[in-house]
Amino acid sequence: MTVAPAPAPLISIRELTMAYGPVVIQRDLNFDIGRGDIFVIMGGSGCGKSTLLKHMLGLVAPAAGEILYSGESFTRASAQQRDAIRRRWGITYQTGGMFSAMTLAENVALPLQLYSAYSRGEIADIVAYKLALVGLAGFQDYYPAEISGGMLKRAALARAIALDPEILFFDEPSAGLDPISSRLLDDLIFELKESTGATVVIVTHELASIFAIATNSVYLDATSHTMIDCGDPAYLRDHSQQAVVREFLTRGGSLAKTAQTRSPEHE
Amino acid sequence: MAFPGPIPYTLAIPDKLPTPMSDAPAGLRLARQNDKDALLELSGGWVQGSKAADFASLREQLQPGTHTRLLIDGTALGPWDSTLVAFLLQCHNHCAQEGIELTTRNLPPGAERLLALATAVAPHQQPAASRGSWLAGLSPRQLFGKAVGAVRESLAFTGEVSIALARLVTGKSNTRFQDFRHFAYQAGPDALGIISLTSVLVGMILAYLGAVQLEQFGAGVYVANLVSIGVLREMGALMTAVVMAGRTGAAYAAQLGTMQTNEEIDAITTLGVSPVEFLVIPRILALMAVMPLLTLYANLLGIVGGGVVAGGMGISPLQYISQTEHALAVNHLAVGLAKSVVFAALIAVAGCRAGINSGRSSAAVGQAATEAVVTAIVYLIVADAAINILCQQLHI
Repeated sequence: MTVAPAPAPLISIRELTMAYGPVVIQRDLNFDIGRGDIFVIMGGSGCGKSTLLKHMLGLVAPAAGEILYSGESFTRASAQQRDAIRRRWGITYQTGGMFSAMTLAENVALPLQLYSAYSRGEIADIVAYKLALVGLAGFQDYYPAEISGGMLKRAALARAIALDPEILFFDEPSAGLDPISSRLLDDLIFELKESTGATVVIVTHELASIFAIATNSVYLDATSHTMIDCGDPAYLRDHSQQAVVREFLTRGGSLAKTAQTRSPEHE
Repeated sequence: MAFPGPIPYTLAIPDKLPTPMSDAPAGLRLARQNDKDALLELSGGWVQGSKAADFASLREQLQPGTHTRLLIDGTALGPWDSTLVAFLLQCHNHCAQEGIELTTRNLPPGAERLLALATAVAPHQQPAASRGSWLAGLSPRQLFGKAVGAVRESLAFTGEVSIALARLVTGKSNTRFQDFRHFAYQAGPDALGIISLTSVLVGMILAYLGAVQLEQFGAGVYVANLVSIGVLREMGALMTAVVMAGRTGAAYAAQLGTMQTNEEIDAITTLGVSPVEFLVIPRILALMAVMPLLTLYANLLGIVGGGVVAGGMGISPLQYISQTEHALAVNHLAVGLAKSVVFAALIAVAGCRAGINSGRSSAAVGQAATEAVVTAIVYLIVADAAINILCQQLHI
């Protein structure tokens, strides 16, 4: 995917070291995420994918290095600046993160009430639209505890896209979903990105998702504690210099020959 | 940028994004073409804050009696965001409901696709379970029904606990001793600080209260009797129980409620272990073992607190101690300790019951903790009254 020449990439990770106390999770991370990318953070279990996302979201402070959004340091920004940057984001968490004391409609309406210029009537329309977009039309008055896990993931997505975010972050969006729901979620993410121009950052190790929608990726290695490759996953699958990455992307291809098919319409 | 269509989103971030190219403000115009057809022309920038999407007024004009076909024309549209698609979705739903045939022309391709996505799944018809108004929750019928439900639940839970205790006595239980130790430590030594504070203060309060009255007829030294009997029989056990209801009872409810939310209780059940045996019994026994000791400690500190006040009123420590010795009797101590065991059981049962029956959301866990404390305190007061009446009848 070609990215229009821009002064600075949308998100830059510079010399990032992540550690919990003395335990270093990952070190020396350097990569850029361009505008309009669907960027996948991949790696084996426990390599620090979700931790990296937490760093990018500013929930955890880096041990060293920094994260820049549109060339501005997020790591060194003031609390107000951070809030302003965060307002352009939509985030879904691994377990949904829906407010359990609110109905789905109230959950989706909350960011709109807090940060938008919409009137009450308009908010109701927007909420109905966002829920319909994720296939949950008519579920406005349900509480998160009353719907299934897959629906919860989609409801969380509806809340994340409430403010038409510029960047969408997903932590394991398809974990625990059946293949069809997972595919539909991929389609939805892709469609959102196509029609609204959002940039998408996904933490996942679902190969089907990765090949279906990703345009760029980084691979975090759990043993060497650093990134060992980055690029279009479809290219890395066949041409990565790192055997580990090729193994990962072919589901241990040298162990058992399983052909991976790439959905052509999503390239 | 590599997306199709016009600038697709705008957000109220003053320092980052320019205001939309709103050369024309958002507008819509409905025109009748002929008997059947109507044309809805959208123009200008349909973005957040443009105040264009007033669907309610349009609804009146879009009745099936007047039109059977509607064409939405987006030729003159400027920048757009969710405002536009939310409006289109309302139009779509309205037309579907009223049997109006809807077609679109020259809409931005992105908006077209999003609309298709939003209408791909038919709306869920079954409404959420009726919640009624908050006033309905106060109707006598509802309240009575709730009370009956609570009593039934309590009885069922008490029954389960009794069965589990019987299994424990016969040695068939899956209760783990290390859990008992853990909870006993949590309920006991960890609570000493707060118990010290409350019991010293209660002793002092009792002493003040008595001293003012007793001094009027020169019986100031009997403050020692008042404090020691009051603390031993009543306040030591009751205040410790109230503190423990807030501290340990609520903690039990929150722990078990969170375990319910995390499906831990399901996991225990499917392991073939009764959650009551595994989770509830150790907590109840731990609290029952620790509470008499805490009460003993509270009694001692209560008497010391009373002594401090008595000292301030001119009663020497020696006098206070000897007077206390006279007043102390085994039956007072025994009544207080017996109460504390009963209270412990009630607190633990109230806490565990609320936790085990908790719903599976964070709000439900909060409710469970509240319920645990409230029921425990009601139980305490009722039980205290009952025990006092019993003691009086038996002349203990």
